[in-house]
Amino acid sequence: MKAFWGFIKKEFLHIFRDRRTLLILFGMPLAQLLLFGYAVRNELNRADIAILDHSRDEVTREITGKLLSSGHFQLSAWLESEAEIEEVFQRGIARNVVVFESDFGRKLIREGRADVLIVTDASDPNMAQILEGYTANIIREYQQEWQMRNRMAMSGVGGMTSGAGGLAASGIIPEMRMLFNPELRSANLFVPGLIAFILMLVSAFLTSIAIAREKEMGTMEVLLVSPLDPRQIIAGKVLPYLVLSIVNVFTVLVVALVVFQVPFRGSVILFSLLSLLFIMTALALGLRISNAVRDQQTAMMMSLAGLLLPTILLSGFIFPISNMPVILQYLSHIVPAKWYLIIIRGIMLKGVGLEVLWMEALILLGMMSLLFVVSIKSFKIRLE
Amino acid sequence: MNVNSNASIIEVQDLTRVFGNFTAVDRISFEVRRGEIFGFLGANGAGKTTAIRMLTGLLIPTSGRAEVAGFDVFTHPESIKKNIGYMSQKFSLFNDLTVFENLRFYGGIYGLSTRDIRHKTDELLERLDLAGVRDRLIRDLPLGWKQKLAFSTAVIHEPAIVFLDEPTGGVDPITRRQFWDLMYETADRGTTVFVTTHYMDEAEYCDRVSIMVDGRIDALGTPAGLRKTYGAKNVDEVFVKLARGGSV
Repeated sequence: MKAFWGFIKKEFLHIFRDRRTLLILFGMPLAQLLLFGYAVRNELNRADIAILDHSRDEVTREITGKLLSSGHFQLSAWLESEAEIEEVFQRGIARNVVVFESDFGRKLIREGRADVLIVTDASDPNMAQILEGYTANIIREYQQEWQMRNRMAMSGVGGMTSGAGGLAASGIIPEMRMLFNPELRSANLFVPGLIAFILMLVSAFLTSIAIAREKEMGTMEVLLVSPLDPRQIIAGKVLPYLVLSIVNVFTVLVVALVVFQVPFRGSVILFSLLSLLFIMTALALGLRISNAVRDQQTAMMMSLAGLLLPTILLSGFIFPISNMPVILQYLSHIVPAKWYLIIIRGIMLKGVGLEVLWMEALILLGMMSLLFVVSIKSFKIRLE
Repeated sequence: MNVNSNASIIEVQDLTRVFGNFTAVDRISFEVRRGEIFGFLGANGAGKTTAIRMLTGLLIPTSGRAEVAGFDVFTHPESIKKNIGYMSQKFSLFNDLTVFENLRFYGGIYGLSTRDIRHKTDELLERLDLAGVRDRLIRDLPLGWKQKLAFSTAVIHEPAIVFLDEPTGGVDPITRRQFWDLMYETADRGTTVFVTTHYMDEAEYCDRVSIMVDGRIDALGTPAGLRKTYGAKNVDEVFVKLARGGSV
C-alpha cells in the first residue's frame, strides 16, 4: 500500500512539473468555457440591421420598432433603394436588411398579404440563418398581434411573405423552429457538452498519453519487473486523473452556474454519480488506447481522432444528432458522450432523474464495464 | 527447491519459449553462481531479451525449468520480482523527477522504509560523489551520471540478483569503465550481476560468459576458458566464429 501511495505521489509530480499537461488540465477548461460563453454565441445581441422601407406607413413603423426594441438588433442604416443593399453588406455596415414593399400597410389590410424581404449576408451562412430566423420570428410575432387586433376586419391573414432568405411564402414558418430550439442557444447548450469534452480530455486523452510516455521512456518495463502488481500500476496511473477530472467538472460547473447562470434543476448526487460513470468510461478508453500504442505521439493522435472529435461532433454537443445522416446517427450510438450528454442535460436543464434517464445510465454502465474488461485484458496480453 | 542454493542463484534447465511457430529461446541450460558477474552475450535477435524476460518473471516459459533466487519462474514470479533489480536498455529513471525523488520512488516500490531510503540515498550519493545533485532533476544531469544513478537505483533494495539489459549502450569509454567498477563493487557486496552487452571487450570483464546464437547457448565458460577452447585472441573472435558457424 505504501508503494502504491509512492506511485500516486510520483504521478502527481509528473503532472505538476509538466507545463503542457497543466495547461491542458487547468487552462483549457476555463478557456473553453469563456470562449464558448462569450465568443461562440448563437443568440443575437444587438446585431446591425438596415431597413429599406418603401412604404413608410404605420405598420412598417411598428414592425421596425419591434425589431429594434427586441434587443437583438440595432439600426445601422436607413436605405433608399435596393442598389444600396450590396454596398451595405460589402462595407460591413449591416448583415441583415429588411425591405418593406410599397403600400405595405394598405395591402395588408386590403388583400390580406404584404411582402417583406429579409436579405442576409450569407458569407457567414450560420450567422445568416440565425439573423434570418430572428427577424422572421419577430415579424411573425407582430403578425399575430396584428391579426388579433384586426380579427374582425381580416380573417385568415396568413400571408406576409418574405423571400431571398428562403422563407416559405405563407403562414407560420416551420423551418425556423429549429433555430429557436431553446436548447440550441446560449450556455444551456454548451455547458453540458463542455463538461463531457473536458472529462474526455482529462480522463482519456491525458491518461493515454501518461501511460504511453512511460512506455516510450522505458520506465514501464522497469515498473513491470518490480514487485508492483500490474493492477496497482494501472490504478496508480489512472487515479490522479480521476481526481483531477472530478475537480475540473465542479470548477466548470460552478463557473457556469455563477457566470453564465446555467440552471441546475436536478439532483447533484445523481449528477456526480453518473459523471463518475462517464469518467470511468473515459479512463477505460484512455487505457485501451495506451495499450495499443508505443509512444506518446500515437496516443495523442488516436485519442484526438478516436475520442475527442467524436465527443465534439457526434455527441450532439454542437450539431444536433437528429439532423445527421442516418449512418452518423447510428454511429453516434457508440459515442459514450452522447449518452452522457442526454443524462446531464436532463439533470441540469430539465431536472429529471433516473426514472427518465435509466436507459442512458444503463448504456453507459454497460459501455464502462465492457471497456474496462477489454482494457485490463489487453494490458495483461502485453505482459505476455 | 533449495538444492545448491548456496552455490547457484540462477538455475536454468532446457528453458524454451515459443511464439507461434518461432522458437525464440531453444532449450537453454546454464547456472549462475552467487556473487559472480555473468555476461549474457548474443547478437540482436538471438533471444537474449526473451530469456531475460522469462528470468525476471515477465514472460511465462513454454517449457523447461528455471529457478531464480530460489523461486520457480512458473509458480512464483511475484517472489522473484521482490528479489531482483532490473535496469533496462532504455533509460529507467524519470527525467522530470529529482535524483532523490527517483530513489525514493524505486525504494518505495521495493518496500524500503522512508528512513532506509534517506539513509541509503545519502550513502549512495556520497559513494558516487554526487552529493551535490540530490535535488536536481534527472534531465539536467550528464548521461554518464544518469547511467550510474540508474544502476544504483536498480540495486537500492540490495537484491540477490540485478539484471542489466545493455546498460552501457551509448556511453563513453571512461564512463563505461567507471560503470564496471560499480558492478564489481556491487558483486563484492554479494549481489549477483547478470548483464547483457554488445561490447565484446566488456565480456572480458565478466567472471563467466554465455554466448547465445539463434535461441541456443552455444558456448559458456570463463573468458579465458573460451579463448582457449576456440583458439581465439579474445571473446570477440569466439563470438564471430560461433556466429559464422551458426549461419553456415
